[in-house]
Amino acid sequence: MHSDIVISQSDGRPMYLQIMEQVKQRVAVGEWAPGDEIPSIRQLAMDLRVSVITIKRAYLELEREGVILTQQGKGSVIAPNPNLSPQVYHDELSERLDEVARLGELLGLSSDEIARRTREAANRLNEARLNEAGLTKEIV
Amino acid sequence: MSDLSVEFDGVSKRYKYFSLENIHLELPTGSIMGFIGANGAGKSTTIRILMGLVHQDEGTVRVLGHQMPAAQAAAKLDIGFVSEDMRLYGAATLKWHMDFMRPIYPRWDQSYADELARRFDLKPQQKIKGLSHGQRVKAALLLALARRPRLLVLDEPTTGLDPVARVEVLGELMAALADEDRTILFSSHNTLDVEQISDQITFIDRGRIIDSDDKEVFLDRWRRLRLILPPDVVVPSLPGVVEVGGSGRLPVLTTNRFEPAMVSACNDLGATVQAVDTMTLEEIFVANVHSRRERLTA
Repeated sequence: MHSDIVISQSDGRPMYLQIMEQVKQRVAVGEWAPGDEIPSIRQLAMDLRVSVITIKRAYLELEREGVILTQQGKGSVIAPNPNLSPQVYHDELSERLDEVARLGELLGLSSDEIARRTREAANRLNEARLNEAGLTKEIV
Repeated sequence: MSDLSVEFDGVSKRYKYFSLENIHLELPTGSIMGFIGANGAGKSTTIRILMGLVHQDEGTVRVLGHQMPAAQAAAKLDIGFVSEDMRLYGAATLKWHMDFMRPIYPRWDQSYADELARRFDLKPQQKIKGLSHGQRVKAALLLALARRPRLLVLDEPTTGLDPVARVEVLGELMAALADEDRTILFSSHNTLDVEQISDQITFIDRGRIIDSDDKEVFLDRWRRLRLILPPDVVVPSLPGVVEVGGSGRLPVLTTNRFEPAMVSACNDLGATVQAVDTMTLEEIFVANVHSRRERLTA
């Protein structure tokens, strides 16, 4: 199976975390189904030109989280019940929200002000979507 | 058989203006070690001792089970060595070099050599003197890889290569490791290359090994903590702090023994942790060298 995982050197996060996240996303969107074989540690290391120990670390953590199963000498497969779809995104969201709260506090914003700015961001996203939809309609 | 491909124990070598002191080094079979040091830190001297090209004054060196330098002839059959100052014959072609090496090395793999020539975009009929620097490095690497050595020793393999050639070379190094019995030691001052493909990292400075560990351990242990201190609160004393920078109210601590519990420990001491930054291998190396040099002069 070709992995298609892409590692970014300028992404501040450690490479093993990037690999974990991308494996989870593939599972979350259903590209990798339970029971699917995933690339071996050495194979993925070669594909990504990343050290074996980094991939090993990512796979160990993925196994601990119950996303994959690794059998000695047989390689790794997606776990029968990886059970992560919404949770991954919720965790990510909580982390980002903590960041928002922290920055808000640094700027001396009240929690109401932080909430208002968050709502504004959501509205901006919606508007952008609507504009995009309008544009594609015109093209069609 | 030992599961260490390279083992240095208490190795020293003294020159008039430079000395290598008490080097301990262990390289497990099947892994890649990146050997990082500034210019003149002792990387090449260490590698020459490993190859039996320079004899140590003290200590023992075992390479693939062979005592060095005594058993260097036997060891070298299994070591592929590429260094910057290695010369190929300018007037001869790459094919001439391949034909020259084939009868010497029993495991020479001609189809792999042909495949590498294709992937590296090298023409076997071309004379070495007509090659660019990058092509010469790739030619030397091809000649080393096609011997299928159990240990590859590369002194600055990516220095002077353009980005595309660097990716190709790193890719072939990784591919060589698909076989779990192969081992690679490569020196570099390009920490980005080392960070990407190495399992083990060793830092050398001024003739001494200053740190050596799994890469993931380095990346996990080293953190920069940005703090905000209220007036009258002193900088909390944390384990493993090698450097305190920043300003009085906004100190930045660099630690090599980070644990998540440190953040709450800081908060308990009245300091706010504004951010915990991960560090690149380059930042870790520089902080490591600085703190080491400061301790020596203190």
